[in-house]
Amino acid sequence: MEVLFAITIGVLVAASVYLMLSNHLLRFIFGLVLISNAANLTIFVAGRLTDGAPPLIPEGADAPLGDVANALPQALVLTAIVIGFGLFAFAIVLVFRAWTTLNSLTPDDMRLAEPEEAQK
Amino acid sequence: MSWVLALPLVIPFLTAVLAFLTRQSPLGRWISVVGSAVLLAASIVLMNVVLRDGVIAGQMGGWSAPFGITLVADLLSAVMVVITAIVALAVSIYAIADVDEGMERLGYHALFNMLIAGVVGAFITGDLFNLYVWFEVMLIASFGLLVLGGRPEQIDGGVKYVALNLVSTIMFLTGIGLLYGMTGTLNMADLASAVDNADQRILTLVAVLFMIAFGVKAAVFPLFFWLPASYHTPAFAVSAVFAGLLTKVGVYALLRIFTLIFDHDTAFTHTILLWVAGLTMVVGVLGAAAQSDMRKILSFHIVSQIGYMIMGLALLTPLAIVGAVFYLVHHIVVKANLFLIAGVAQRIAGGTKLSRIGGLYKSAPLLAVLFVVPAFSLAGFPPLSGFWAKFLLVKAALDVQGWIIAGIALVVGLLTIYSMTKIWAQAFWEPHPDGIEPKLSNLSSRNRAAMLVPISGLAALTVIIGVMPEPFVRFAEASAAQLLDPTPYIEAVLGVQP
Repeated sequence: MEVLFAITIGVLVAASVYLMLSNHLLRFIFGLVLISNAANLTIFVAGRLTDGAPPLIPEGADAPLGDVANALPQALVLTAIVIGFGLFAFAIVLVFRAWTTLNSLTPDDMRLAEPEEAQK
Repeated sequence: MSWVLALPLVIPFLTAVLAFLTRQSPLGRWISVVGSAVLLAASIVLMNVVLRDGVIAGQMGGWSAPFGITLVADLLSAVMVVITAIVALAVSIYAIADVDEGMERLGYHALFNMLIAGVVGAFITGDLFNLYVWFEVMLIASFGLLVLGGRPEQIDGGVKYVALNLVSTIMFLTGIGLLYGMTGTLNMADLASAVDNADQRILTLVAVLFMIAFGVKAAVFPLFFWLPASYHTPAFAVSAVFAGLLTKVGVYALLRIFTLIFDHDTAFTHTILLWVAGLTMVVGVLGAAAQSDMRKILSFHIVSQIGYMIMGLALLTPLAIVGAVFYLVHHIVVKANLFLIAGVAQRIAGGTKLSRIGGLYKSAPLLAVLFVVPAFSLAGFPPLSGFWAKFLLVKAALDVQGWIIAGIALVVGLLTIYSMTKIWAQAFWEPHPDGIEPKLSNLSSRNRAAMLVPISGLAALTVIIGVMPEPFVRFAEASAAQLLDPTPYIEAVLGVQP
């Protein structure tokens, strides 16, 4: 199971690096979405995988019986997803504003803040 | 004891909420000033408690460490909170003059106080995942502040700032995941001993992930390109608080993590840091030499100065850490002040481009004096604060036969003087190209007070640190001792171990 996850994460990272290196902002954002999901999966796998054992404590008991899934990485991933959602919402709006004000989504064209003939 | 720890967090949060509710009225700016003043008071209380009782820790929600979220303040955290509050107060007063009503209506004061909450949170958390959350609070508030106003250059700079910082965030998150997988804990005090049982080679790999993540935040070579691309675009109050605080959160995180957790293979990690420090200093100062805009010059100097702090961390001797802590505090004050002064220059002389302004020395001698103090402190002139900071670091380098790094530090100091004299000659000495007399009396009396009071206050602080460095150095020594021997930190969080 871990091997499968590791391969998935590897493919996600490879795809996102490819996307992020392309000269287009929208692709960069897509790459960012993919790589953040790869990071989330990494946390999830790092918490060890269990097969179909929800961390529930039966009535009357003080602790779960037997091996159950680790709830902490799930909480961490959930937090990361929520924060990531907010960041991407902002990033997408920013890219949209870049498109409307700068008329370009190619980072190479975006030289307004650092003009090439800055000297003198 | 935990209310002392929680107050510096709760105050900016409450201020942000109140400022958001009153964003349509001019009341918001006063709420921001009062909130920052209360924060300063709370942070001084925190500092006093830490000085009296040593490291203090509080468990939020009543879950004992390492399971709950820990807030912890040692001397370094406490002094960073105090200095954050000082900068917040200075900038929120300055903002009365600098931030227009349009930006206020869009929620400037709410975002500003949210940023301060994020910065304070990052300084006093004792949990790695919680640190990630505070970084995000800080980051999203800074995104908002950076593009507030929506001028094309801001959008342009904002895209680069957002893109590179998001990549660093993901690195950080991945590092957290791997570290948790190896040790089963994210409490920083608990990690300090838990990492001893982990595979040391993989631990080094994770350490490098953290180094890259915090390196982007701290703007070290070769990860700094977002900083000179964006810091000269927003409002002056915003760029001052960014310049003062944001990169220093990255430096603080490096300082904390690489003394507490990743000190297992210093021959590898801290050698990388030493190279990074040297290259950051050189590249930053050369980048500044090539610029001709006041804010761009100052932005590149942030990068070069970060190199000095990393140099202290990389050398990892007691004296070097003392130097790094001293440098950190001195630099926040000086750098925020220089950006505030650039704002005044822009207001009265009509720009920050050095070729377009001039005559400030003749028409506004007070501003000239106020500029000289932080500028020459930055370059390391005695008897200003920067001299002692550089002196400590260079001495630490010479003590361990680090001739090359000491040489770099001295040469970069010299080149810093070159940039500062360039600003001095063109903006202050030469006559204004359009024949304008950039007098301070061109400002309304309210704006003049709002701009000059914080600048004078910060300049006075620079002089005070400079002429009586002894208490500050002694404080930095105590704080460095805590960093290098984390036993009190660990005991404060986890209780005394048998």
